[in-house]
Amino acid sequence: MTEDKQLQDELALYGVHLTLLEQVYNWGRSNSLWPLQFGLACCAIEMIASVTARYDLGRFGSEIFRPSPRQADLMIVSGTVTKKMAPQVVRLYNQMAEPKYVLAMGACAISGGPFKGGYNVVKGIDRYIPVDIFVPGCPPRPEALLNGIIHLQETIRRQKLSGPGKARHADRDQPSEYAIPEEGGRDLVPQYNAETWRPSWQGGGK
Amino acid sequence: MTSTEEVESISEKSERLLNISMGPQHPSTHGVFRMKAVLDGETVVKLTPVFGYLHRNHEKLAERTSYLGNMPYTDRLDYFCSLTNNWAYALSVERLAGIEVPERAEYLRVITAELTRLQNHLAFLGFLLNDMGVWATVLIYGFREREKILDLFESLTGARMMCNYMRFGGCRCDVPDGWVEEAKRITDELPGVLDELEQLLTDNEIVVARTQGVGTVPGRKAINAGLTGPVLRASGVNYDVRKVDSYGVYDRFDFSVPLGSVGDCYDRFMLRLLEMRQSLNILKAALNELPSGPIINPKAKNRNLRPPAGEAYGRIESPKGELGFYLVSDKSGTPYRYRVRPPSLVNLTLLEDMCVGQKVADVVVILGSIDIILGEVDR
Repeated sequence: MTEDKQLQDELALYGVHLTLLEQVYNWGRSNSLWPLQFGLACCAIEMIASVTARYDLGRFGSEIFRPSPRQADLMIVSGTVTKKMAPQVVRLYNQMAEPKYVLAMGACAISGGPFKGGYNVVKGIDRYIPVDIFVPGCPPRPEALLNGIIHLQETIRRQKLSGPGKARHADRDQPSEYAIPEEGGRDLVPQYNAETWRPSWQGGGK
Repeated sequence: MTSTEEVESISEKSERLLNISMGPQHPSTHGVFRMKAVLDGETVVKLTPVFGYLHRNHEKLAERTSYLGNMPYTDRLDYFCSLTNNWAYALSVERLAGIEVPERAEYLRVITAELTRLQNHLAFLGFLLNDMGVWATVLIYGFREREKILDLFESLTGARMMCNYMRFGGCRCDVPDGWVEEAKRITDELPGVLDELEQLLTDNEIVVARTQGVGTVPGRKAINAGLTGPVLRASGVNYDVRKVDSYGVYDRFDFSVPLGSVGDCYDRFMLRLLEMRQSLNILKAALNELPSGPIINPKAKNRNLRPPAGEAYGRIESPKGELGFYLVSDKSGTPYRYRVRPPSLVNLTLLEDMCVGQKVADVVVILGSIDIILGEVDR
């Protein structure tokens, strides 16, 4: 329908624009991603730097950081998630309204990073919530965060709202909330959420 | 620190008291800090800080990492000021192993430390004003200037924030061509920016109303609590490790230590502005006098360092206060004990005293004026 360029141009003369609802919906959402104002560690400083004058995340429609998860679309997990903080991170994710996305910023949020060997560090937030974009670095430069957000926007524009292979938020069978881990004796319970992550010996992998 | 039971028993006594929890996800707790406050109306009756949301096992990890391998970890303690952290750690290991530092390296350390102080205080002003509700204006001005200093760090060390620059007995690499000239240019530009910020802020009615008389700490109390850095000096106590210890080559520079008189948030805020002027004086002199020579002691061993058994404490004046590293060696390749004395954690101890009797909105300003970094508080 939207592939016929000649017909589109002709109709545009009469003020008629043909498109798919899906495309308008995705275009609008991808250009107004509101991140959750939520800094964890070192990467949060680079996240702030990417909002300020030189890098200006606002050029991509994401400069409004909302402190309330109810108003946010994108959770930037910017830093080390400790075992004390992981329940709060998952709870914040659960409180966000669909459609919602997660960007794991920096080595710590991806895998535990330099602190992976520690007794109190979660080895990657993707063990508990589904991550859409990983931005590596320690900390990633603001350009890297911008690149990650642009990639996420492209992903959103490609998402399907119906039919096979539809997006996670459009699929009723996919969970929108995940179990909040609790403090166990040795580790968090559960150690991971099986819907999002499995260890390699159980057929999982990053 | 009060326990949860005590807070609960107070609220049972009086029906009108309100328990609120600020954080760990809160826009003005500077990371993942949490405060449990008991309010009577809007007035704070009791306040309990909750730590540990960013406890990354820094000290335990260090006990199984080599001495050199710990250097990058120190970057991530106070992630605004990686270079001063490097220096404090290098100083401790140099004391432990008895390593001399060449003159040029000492100058480079002073230059990078003062640049770190400048960019930390610029960001501090932005965050403090953010906490008062000046949403992002001062923050963007501060970060605009901070980016220029980060460019210097990047061309010198290869990284914007995690510099990992110091080595035992000197620095990792020499300055690239044109770096000193660029640093001089930025040092000459900054006083204009500071004038602009002072004009904008110091007489501002809202800043004065929100900070003067808020969170006052008398000098004696500050000494008793072990406060250091700008928070202590704002209470009128003349104590600056740069003057007291004159580590490095600080005794060669002519600079004064600004002091506050009241010890309220306004003094703490003004003190940072005045300190930046002094840092610029030091920088100007250090960049002009930068001697030639080696940047690292050729005899210093960095890899597989096995210092003689013993203990050492090295401390410097980091932008937030006295930063110290206490190391115990048992002649092995890793420290037997590695203890960080973080300035922001010790400065936080008076938080409840500062906040009780103030309004809940002032708690945010008081916390901002202490200038905490959770990487260092929780380690």
